[in-house]
Amino acid sequence: MGVKHFGARVARLEDPALLTGRGRYVDDVNIPGMLHACFVRSPHGHALIQSIDAGAARQMPGVHAVLTADDLPAPMAGARMPMLVPNAAIAALRTQHCLARDEVCYVGQTVAVVIAESRYLAEDAVAMVEVDYDPLPAVSDCRAALEPGAPTAHRDLPDNLASAFRQSFGDVDAAFAGAPHVFRESLFQHRGGGMALETRGVVAHHDRITDLLTVWSATQTPHIGRRMIADLLGRSPERIRVIAPDVGGGFGPKAIFYAEEAVIAAAALLLGTPVKWIEDRREHFLAATQERDQHWDVEIAVEADGRIRGVRGSLIHDTGAFVPWGVIMPYIASATMPGPYVLPAYQLDVKVALTNKVATTPVRGAGRPQAVFAMERLMDRVAQGLGIDPAEVRRRNFIQPEQMPYAVGLIFRDGKPLVYDSGDYPKAQAEALTLADHAGFPARKAAALKAGRHIGIGIANYVEGTGLGPFEGVTVRVQQNGKVLVATGATNQGQGTRTTLSQIISDRLGCRIEDIEMSIGDTAAIANGVGAFASRQAVNAGSSAAMAAEVVRARVVQLAARALGVPEAEVAIEDGKAIAQSGNRPEIGFGDLARLSQGMPGFSMAAGDMPGLEHTAYFTPPQASYCSGTHVVEAEVDIMTGGVRLLTYSVAHDSGTIINPLIVDGQVQGGVAHGIGNALMEFMKYDENAQPVTTTFADYLMPMATDVPTCRIAHVESPSPLNPLGVKGAGEGGTIPAAAAIVAAVEDALSPFGIRFSETPLTPERIVEALTVAGAYKRAAS
Amino acid sequence: MKPAPFDYYAPTSLAEAAGLLARLDNAKLIAGGQSLGPMMNFRYVIADHLVDLGGIPEIAGIALAGETLRIGATTPQRELEFSDVVAQRCPLLKAALKHVGHRQTRNRGTFGGSVAHFDPASEQPMMCAAHDAVIEIASVRGTRRVPFAEFGVDFMTTALEPDEILAAIELPLWPQGHGWGFHEFARRHGDFAIVAAAALLALGPDGRIARASLTLAGVAVVPLRLREAEAALIGHAPEMAPIEAAADLAGAIAPLADIHASADYRRHLARILTGRALADAAARAAGRSVP
Amino acid sequence: MIAKRNISVEVNGALRQAEVEPRLTLADFLRHTLDLTGTHVGCEHGVCGACTVLVDGRSARSCLTFAVQVDGRAVTTIEGLGPGAGGLGVLQEAFQRHHALQCGFCTPGMLTTLTELLNDNPDPTEDEVREVITGNLCRCTGYAGIVAAALDAARRLREGEA
Repeated sequence: MGVKHFGARVARLEDPALLTGRGRYVDDVNIPGMLHACFVRSPHGHALIQSIDAGAARQMPGVHAVLTADDLPAPMAGARMPMLVPNAAIAALRTQHCLARDEVCYVGQTVAVVIAESRYLAEDAVAMVEVDYDPLPAVSDCRAALEPGAPTAHRDLPDNLASAFRQSFGDVDAAFAGAPHVFRESLFQHRGGGMALETRGVVAHHDRITDLLTVWSATQTPHIGRRMIADLLGRSPERIRVIAPDVGGGFGPKAIFYAEEAVIAAAALLLGTPVKWIEDRREHFLAATQERDQHWDVEIAVEADGRIRGVRGSLIHDTGAFVPWGVIMPYIASATMPGPYVLPAYQLDVKVALTNKVATTPVRGAGRPQAVFAMERLMDRVAQGLGIDPAEVRRRNFIQPEQMPYAVGLIFRDGKPLVYDSGDYPKAQAEALTLADHAGFPARKAAALKAGRHIGIGIANYVEGTGLGPFEGVTVRVQQNGKVLVATGATNQGQGTRTTLSQIISDRLGCRIEDIEMSIGDTAAIANGVGAFASRQAVNAGSSAAMAAEVVRARVVQLAARALGVPEAEVAIEDGKAIAQSGNRPEIGFGDLARLSQGMPGFSMAAGDMPGLEHTAYFTPPQASYCSGTHVVEAEVDIMTGGVRLLTYSVAHDSGTIINPLIVDGQVQGGVAHGIGNALMEFMKYDENAQPVTTTFADYLMPMATDVPTCRIAHVESPSPLNPLGVKGAGEGGTIPAAAAIVAAVEDALSPFGIRFSETPLTPERIVEALTVAGAYKRAAS
Repeated sequence: MKPAPFDYYAPTSLAEAAGLLARLDNAKLIAGGQSLGPMMNFRYVIADHLVDLGGIPEIAGIALAGETLRIGATTPQRELEFSDVVAQRCPLLKAALKHVGHRQTRNRGTFGGSVAHFDPASEQPMMCAAHDAVIEIASVRGTRRVPFAEFGVDFMTTALEPDEILAAIELPLWPQGHGWGFHEFARRHGDFAIVAAAALLALGPDGRIARASLTLAGVAVVPLRLREAEAALIGHAPEMAPIEAAADLAGAIAPLADIHASADYRRHLARILTGRALADAAARAAGRSVP
Repeated sequence: MIAKRNISVEVNGALRQAEVEPRLTLADFLRHTLDLTGTHVGCEHGVCGACTVLVDGRSARSCLTFAVQVDGRAVTTIEGLGPGAGGLGVLQEAFQRHHALQCGFCTPGMLTTLTELLNDNPDPTEDEVREVITGNLCRCTGYAGIVAAALDAARRLREGEA
């Protein structure tokens, strides 16, 4: 089979429509008679609802309904939403009601919904809904939440401890008892948002003729959404179709299922009209899930030469008011901490705290950026403490390629032992250092200092569990018009899923890439699906695409051999045609073969033949595949203002075999931009009453084009032995080590002042504060 | 985030606009809409009537009248940014405008709109303060001219009465050959300033500083002229020692704190940025190159 | 009730007339009255830039402009940028070549902003390109492809490839 597209920088098939305004996002779905929704949301971090008076709102022009919890159908009227990833370690199995019943636990929680003839009119009416709240004490900080006597985030819970668990291996006490050196750090990474440029949105439409409820949602997980809607509405999943159309960015928060999706579906059923809800940016700041918010107290024991003896400590994770995605992020964090290093002993005690803030669920990185920050900051402490170059300390501790597969000693989030499948960590760091001209840095730094400029370099390594199960499916079907229809439960929020799968299928099946039609993110197109999260689609859907295409190809060869009158071995497949030199005709096209595959009415099929030229494959990965990489950042600090400028950003990235370097480079560069935001800018601030105060793009700072340098990227390809393509995930690696590397670079730039940083975002003000304390601004006595 | 309902008026003369404003209750003026628009979409501002000043030729455009630059209120920031007369005669203004929002907002955002909106971190009221502008205000009661020092009243509050329209801004120009400097620290390009500092210096025939203007934005409820520091510069050569002394005076102010920055940080930046702006202004005034 | 207004606007070269509420934003007018859904709404407070269109050739936030304010003016949206019939212009081709878009949501604002820039300045520097798109947030790409595409398109346009 010819390899034309796999591995090539194939321009994306998605682009022409998106570049001419012909994309179809959820807000582009317009149905005659459609009504528009706006939610009444809690203005309080914590309060009891005494009463809701919607009388005046219902009288407003253009208003068709105002729904509260009691107006919703059973079982969703009374039941809490299903937990998506339950875990035995969760003590407080707390998810929210679709519309609050008697208590609200974060600002922005859904209380009621207005359905009107336009969003403008719906907003007019929301202002007229009178909710009588009785405010309760709110808890905002996750450490304070775990103090004795803290207000509880839910009035019926005894405390705010949602979960506590320990990760450990080796004899950690012995590792510390005999250690020549121990270094400690207290670290914090603040929460931010996914902040896809497209907010969330839902359109629901019930067709009375077919009794089909169709829900378009800007979601990463339509199949999961269908299961949730079916449970909440008590409706057969067969009568529900969820479609994720073009989705304007995901980054994690669109992976979970939200109350609004169920409420809009219920409203469409109750009112008998299509209903649209498009989240506005203010709502997104209040009610779309966020992440990071982890406090780490950790210490590392090392030998005199910097080799690690053990790591131990504790972690407090802020889950917000609810636990919709379980305790995945602190779990992943605890399992990511060991990274690419030989770690003989490890112990981390994890506590998950409830607060009166919107729930945290995975945002690009999902616990890993915090863990890498913790480990890499410790490595820098070792380097500083022992006077060894940071790159050298890391080099001395790397797991070597010949140690692969490497068992870390923990169970990962996929329920399987944490075993690195492949990787070459020393090579990745060496390549990143070369890209960054690490060898030339001391000269650059000296020259800069001479000119009064302060530059620094920072390094961070990471290992990331990607390609998580349970499965993803792909159907490949050759149609009678010669086109190849591909259906998948994988989804696309910008990752180029269509292009990537088309590359795999066109090579393996032997068709032209432009003859592939794809149905993505539609529960009607394939029975089972999971969706986009955990950098899982290339592994899962990519492997399924290869498997399905090969089965269909074999069937094409079989049918073509019969039709052309040659042995199967003489059939060649190219560009959607089966070709043979010695047959009764030179070639037969896929369309004709598809017709043949249907047999003839009344005639028996050949023995063993299945009708149709199609196959559905569901690849189920045996465990996570572990991608890895090294980031090296060179930064300049204006010590007088605290301003940080990133001069160069170098990435060596190992996501196994690469399907499309153009797309993987884009994922890395985009991930780095998100990491820059986390490291230096993005700060979702809440006050002590858990009121969010950075709820605009003027106050919550996203990186701009002047903040993000163009990365230098090198690919190290260590194929994964765990899937037929050798691929690993690539969507999050750009973000994961960015904060660690950037903060290290800033610290290095300020090395003349001996300043240490242990939290993100690292703001200019924080830098000036530290410089002030270090005496940087004291004038020489004159 | 849709605005509350309002009725809309597009007068074509200043008199017509003033008449509408005198007659209508709860009316707001809109020019470029780059500040008012977001506040309406958030429903922080709910107006029953919106009077659009965009179609009134007499309050648009830039004119040089003697040694005064007259800027019509509805002149887009873009027009000033690319104006030859601004570049030649009022280079500080051009430098400051580069920090105002983004290309797309400067295309529509107006100088007068920003001055009337009076955000304390905005560069445009700051330019009025730096140049001792005179604000021309129109209403059905006539036209009055208000020195900028009396125009700013409090946080986002000006001397404009509810029925009054800011018609024009007059900037008295500094002599040819004056020195200027502008330094701003914002978190990102185009963001509102955490602190911005503007300096104007004119030298006397003796080569010493004869006239100085020092202004800070982002530190107080109104743009802050540093009169004491200005006075301290007079009579000195345009060199580092008097500049540092003036910058130290800037670093003695008592600034505001908000979610973007603490008072301590703003005080620190006030000193640093004033020093940098003054250094540039001194270099230019003395004919030296600016680093 | 507030009376609707009749407006006539030249949109992508065609005269469009409609009755609109004064409070209807230009973005909603384009998207929902005219069904030109290529213009996207990302923040509705003038920061993200996804809704940027050209009004009389100048980039403008359509979320901060009311439809009544463009009565008698010419508006260009992403649908009007290419050669038509779904074909790609030089800038759009460069976007595809340099992977300057992922989810595509910021793309209409990037294209309109850069169209204006390349009209004003056929030979921009990288810094000038970056500065002008500070008015457009992109969460997916990290901007590298967009900057490369703009510079590549500028070069091709200067060399007469149209």
